[in-house]
Amino acid sequence: MKIAIASGKGGTGKTTLSVALAQAADKNVQLIDCDVEEPNGHIFIDAQLDKHEDVTIPIPVLDKTLCNNCGKCGEICQFNAIVTIGDKTMIFDDMCHSCGGCILVCPQQALTEQQKTIGYLDSGSNTINCGQVHQLSFIKGSIKIGEAMSPPVIRAAKKKADQNQLTIIDCPPGTSCPMMTAVCDCDFVLLVTEPTPFGLHDLKLAVETMRCMDLPFAVIVNRDGCGDERVSEYCSAEKIPLVLKIKDDRRVATAYSRGEGLLSALPELAPKLRSLLDDISTWTKPATEGKQ
Amino acid sequence: MKIAISTSGTTLDAPIDPRFGRAVRFLVYDLEQNNFTLVDNEQNLNATQGAGIQAAKTVVDCGAQAIISGHCGPKAFQVLSAAGIAIYHSDGSTVAEALEQYNNGQLQAATDANVEGHWV
Ligand code: SF4
Ligand code: SF4
Repeated sequence: MKIAIASGKGGTGKTTLSVALAQAADKNVQLIDCDVEEPNGHIFIDAQLDKHEDVTIPIPVLDKTLCNNCGKCGEICQFNAIVTIGDKTMIFDDMCHSCGGCILVCPQQALTEQQKTIGYLDSGSNTINCGQVHQLSFIKGSIKIGEAMSPPVIRAAKKKADQNQLTIIDCPPGTSCPMMTAVCDCDFVLLVTEPTPFGLHDLKLAVETMRCMDLPFAVIVNRDGCGDERVSEYCSAEKIPLVLKIKDDRRVATAYSRGEGLLSALPELAPKLRSLLDDISTWTKPATEGKQ
Repeated sequence: MKIAISTSGTTLDAPIDPRFGRAVRFLVYDLEQNNFTLVDNEQNLNATQGAGIQAAKTVVDCGAQAIISGHCGPKAFQVLSAAGIAIYHSDGSTVAEALEQYNNGQLQAATDANVEGHWV
C-alpha cells in the first residue's frame, strides 16, 4: 500500500508527519522522500544512508560532422530544447524531456542518446521502536544542483521501493508537476494543512488536484488551534474526511529545532497514527484488490 | 542590413515591446531600402518554455543581423550570439526612436543577458 503525504503549501508539517507515520507503523515500512528539491526527512530518522546511486535521463548529443543543419530536429521538439539557427544546431539539455523524437527524425543520424545525471538516490534502513519494533527503509531522492527536471528523480525514487511493503511518500509541496508525479498511482493521499486562511486556500487547490486525478484522500490539520475553524467547516461542507487534528504545541517546535520528530514531542500521537494507517488500509482494500 | 525591433504595434510609432522571447512581433527594418516588414511572434506567447530560443530563430530566419529589444534572457542571448547577431537594448519608447538611437551610434551592443530566464 502506498500512502502519499502532500499539501498545497510548504511548511505545513508534511515531512514531520510522514516521518511520524513511518515510525508509528506496526510493520516494516518504507519512507520515500520525494521532496527532491529540499529533502530533509533523513534528519529526523537518523538513518544511515549507505547506498548511493545516480538518476540519469537520456538526452541527445550532436555529432557536428554529420549534421547538415536541416532543422528537422528542432521542428519536432515540443520543448524548444534543440534549435537550428543558420549553420548552427544547438541543444539545451536542461530543457529536454527525453522524448527521443529528434533522434528518430534526424536524417543524418547525427544525434545519439547519452545519459545525463540529474539527481541522486540515497537509501538505507534502521530499526525503529516507537511502541512497535519494525524496520524502516528510507529512500531519499535529491535533484542535482542546477537541474530543473524533478519528475524523473521522483519517479526513480518511487520505483526503487518494494511494491509489496507499506510505503509512505513525502511529496513536494504545491500542486504542479512534481507533486502530481509523487501522488500519482498512490492508493491514498493525506493532505496536510493548517487552520489558517493560507492553509485553506492551498488546501482547496490540492483538493481540486486530487479530484482531477481521481485519488482517494483525507485531510489532516496540523497546528490545530493556531487559527480558525474554516478548514473544518470547508471539509464538512465538501464531505472530505478530516481524519486527524494535531494540536499546536510548543513541544513540537522545540523538538523540531533539535532535529527531533513529532513523536518524541507527542508520544501520545503514535497509537492514533497507527489506527489511521489501519483505517486507510481498510478503506483502500477493495480498490487495491480491484486493481490487481 | 536588416535590424529586428520587438514591438507590440505595427508602425514605426509603435512602442517597443520590452520582452524579446514573448514579444508580440518584430518589425524588421531594412536600413538600405528604408522600409520594413512585420514578423509575427504570436506562436511564442504561449510557449511553455524556450520562447527566447524560438524568437531568436524567427529573427535569424528573416535575415536580421541585429536586434533591438528591452530585455534578453540567457538562452536567447546564447543563440543570437552563436548566430552572430548583435543585441542592443534600447530605453527608447518607440521603434522610430530606437532606430534613431541606433543610427546615431547611441546604442551599445550587449555582451551579456540582462534578465534571468524563467523556464520551469
Ligand atoms: S535533424 Fe539531424 S541533421 Fe538535421 S539539423 Fe538536426 S541534428 Fe542536424
Ligand atoms: S529528446 Fe525530445 S525533448 Fe529532447 S531535444 Fe529531442 S525532441 Fe526535444
